[in-house]
Amino acid sequence: MRRRIRGSGAWLFLLPLLFLSLFYFYPLLSLFDISLRPAGALDLSAFLRIVESDYYLGTLLFTVYQALLSTTATLLLALPCAFVFARFRFRGRSLLLSLATLPFVLPTVVVALAFATLLGEDGLLNDALRALFSLDYAPVQLERTLPLIIIAHVFYNFAVALRIMSGYWSSMGAAAEEAARCLGADEWALWRDIRLPLIRPALLSAGALVFIFCFTSFGVILILGGIRFATLEVQIYYQAVSIFNLPMAAALSIVQILSMLAMMALYTRSQKRLRLDLASGATLAKPARSALEKLALAACVGFMALLLFSPLLALLWRSIFVGGALDLRNYASLAESSRGSLLFIAPLESIFNSLRFAALTTGAAVFLGLCAAYLIERGGRLGRLFDPLFMLPLATSAVTLGFGFIVALDEPPLNLRASWLIIPIAHTLVALPFVLRSVLPSLRALPPSLREAAALLGARPQTVFRTIDLPLLGRGIAVGATFAFTVSMGEFGASLFVAQRESVTMPVVIYRLIGDPGNASYRQALAMSVVLMLACACGFSLIERLRVAGVGEF
Amino acid sequence: MFIKAVLSMLIALVIAGGAFAQESDSLVVMTHDSFAVPEALLEAFEDQTGVAVEVLRAGDAGTMVNTAILSVNNPLADVLYGVDNTFLSRALNADIFAEYESPALEFVQEAFLPADEDYRVTPVDFGDVCLNYDIATFEDLELSLPESLIALTDEAYRGLLVAQSPATSSPGLAFLLATVAEFGVDGDYDYLDFWSDLRENDVLVVDGWSDAYYGEFKVTGRDSGSRPLVVSYASSPPAEVLFSENPEAGAITGAIVADGACFRQVEYVGLLAGAANETAARQFVDFMLSPAFQEALPLNMFVYPVRADVDLPEVFAEHSQIPENPAWVDPADIEAHREAWIQAWLEVMLS
Repeated sequence: MRRRIRGSGAWLFLLPLLFLSLFYFYPLLSLFDISLRPAGALDLSAFLRIVESDYYLGTLLFTVYQALLSTTATLLLALPCAFVFARFRFRGRSLLLSLATLPFVLPTVVVALAFATLLGEDGLLNDALRALFSLDYAPVQLERTLPLIIIAHVFYNFAVALRIMSGYWSSMGAAAEEAARCLGADEWALWRDIRLPLIRPALLSAGALVFIFCFTSFGVILILGGIRFATLEVQIYYQAVSIFNLPMAAALSIVQILSMLAMMALYTRSQKRLRLDLASGATLAKPARSALEKLALAACVGFMALLLFSPLLALLWRSIFVGGALDLRNYASLAESSRGSLLFIAPLESIFNSLRFAALTTGAAVFLGLCAAYLIERGGRLGRLFDPLFMLPLATSAVTLGFGFIVALDEPPLNLRASWLIIPIAHTLVALPFVLRSVLPSLRALPPSLREAAALLGARPQTVFRTIDLPLLGRGIAVGATFAFTVSMGEFGASLFVAQRESVTMPVVIYRLIGDPGNASYRQALAMSVVLMLACACGFSLIERLRVAGVGEF
Repeated sequence: MFIKAVLSMLIALVIAGGAFAQESDSLVVMTHDSFAVPEALLEAFEDQTGVAVEVLRAGDAGTMVNTAILSVNNPLADVLYGVDNTFLSRALNADIFAEYESPALEFVQEAFLPADEDYRVTPVDFGDVCLNYDIATFEDLELSLPESLIALTDEAYRGLLVAQSPATSSPGLAFLLATVAEFGVDGDYDYLDFWSDLRENDVLVVDGWSDAYYGEFKVTGRDSGSRPLVVSYASSPPAEVLFSENPEAGAITGAIVADGACFRQVEYVGLLAGAANETAARQFVDFMLSPAFQEALPLNMFVYPVRADVDLPEVFAEHSQIPENPAWVDPADIEAHREAWIQAWLEVMLS
């Protein structure tokens, strides 16, 4: 028996739908309306041009191709690491998880610089190989190739897959595995019959997010891939901004959104059949004992160090060494606004702005995300239909949504075009799918018997939620909150439309610094990127603490 | 408790949003990301006129113009500053501006004055997109500078230049327009022939200015890229000195300002039609042409004043060169052919 939403709290579940309609569908449809009906009559010739032209079709195919490759690579690499993280307790585990999430907040320009330091023609890797094998050429030629795009996508999205999968894996009881072991199952059988089938919902969740992210990738493709590789997202920006061909931009946006919608619908269907009822008992995590286990742990940490931390370290190194000597001037100068300029506020002030928006976004996204998760899970057939809709903001180009806000939200009481509120609203739209995808697998695995027992014993729905659901969902919520926080800290586009000083966030400062010629501003930008990473790391540990304090250990 | 707290917060947010109405004794200035002005200067304007100034940044220049066009019936601001000659026609065609002839126009250099007494926009500043080079590399290689665009196709400069894509970058488009002006669009050797030769000569094209300048441009003394020639601005060398860790050491980069090798971008300000505060908007246009504001332009936005009677800051006077004969393409031509020119360029460069 599936339980339906009922009782006085039901309206809560409609809030996320209201939010989505008001701040996503309404602006988007308004923009499509003026784009595709310029003279009052519907003009769909832009769609015809897409279908007829090899150029646009080629762009679409390349977009899908690189996204599939990137997603597969990310999942394959993250799966063993997620297992290690779920299975072993070790010193520095949560620090490692936090570090793995940091790439997410870095502006692509900064990441491109870090990759060039490492993998470029005169990068550290080529220098080392040259010295080692006394070569007179650079053996690694990755600049502006598809493999580099895929490496960068793995770099950005590894933490998404890792956190979602390991969060889910560690909240599953050890009972099934121990039973299988008692019945004589070997390691191979454990993987085939227990672990992989159990992880499938989280694997699909992570895969869907990573796919959408790679599908709509903008900066990574442009900066690391060069102009030869153009995705739909790049094409939409070009049509909307450079040549102001709104009908074509709208048509391409619709193609992008519909392909995502189809993908997501397919994915939600496949997930429907997987409904696990696992008592969330003792955690599986234990210290690594045998030599094999220690080797697996070392391999995982070593791999992550190579993939994720070496670019971050390159960045740190570049920011604190000036001409070979340790020099912290770059950091000291962040405290002052050198030009006394109105919009060029002291970079350190922007930390406060960023943290404020990130806190608002995390609160709103976790609340709305939880409501949405219950709507989807307990809302029956209708509820499940809403699932793909919440993913759409991720599939929508920032410039499309930005122009949508301009044409739709232009009259009181919703004249938000120039208000700072647009920033947390836009961030929440993007963060919501992360919370949803992190919470849903756990919510699906929630044993109904526990809730029924509680209800039978006379617990009110609120009490059931607080004492049963919340502790069991805690890990998923924490993962979602971490990502909501991260998305907000790293986001850049939405704050472009807003006026006041308080809208100057850390990524905006980095972009402005990197927009000025000169050594000092360039190094300040690097220092600011390191500060951004530190601020995020602090945010992560705070979220982790809140989880432990708020919902107890499990 | 948690849910109640979040709910009340959300409701508060919505109410705050509703209350966020614009007051009429304030002036909203819509501009692009690169807008920067000393706070004291704006405060002086506010004290003088009693009008509070609010600055609305609306993305890059293209995004800003498109935003203004999309909100033409219910303008977001009173004044729009920062539309340049590459986007001017688009803005004028969409009728977003109201006419205003500023008395301060008499101080503006003749070359920048509006043609045909069309006073819908007022020129404020200009800058030139041109080649920058790393001084030390050219000295080490004992290489002379490419003193014209066609020289870039010379074997001597093979693999030395990094440029930007005109599809995604404003200096990229400006440089493309310089080649359009120099070589024309038809004839024996048009701009596409030039680009195809550049491609043969191993030019590197990247997406944006910062990728080119920080990622690929070689500046001796900075761990940066490997190409000593880049498409940037004539004002980049003085800015490079200004933001250097050691400004006394002098210039480390230079700009090539030969005839026809640069493209001039002129930035304009205009009153948005239907503005809530037209009087203050006019005052602001006059203010932008005042000596104090014009003098502040180079050090804040790295552009040059349109007034001839203001002094340049020392670092600019010493290290910057202003091209005497930059390339020029009519704004109406740019708007009419932008897509075709870029498309043809993409085909040459990507095929």
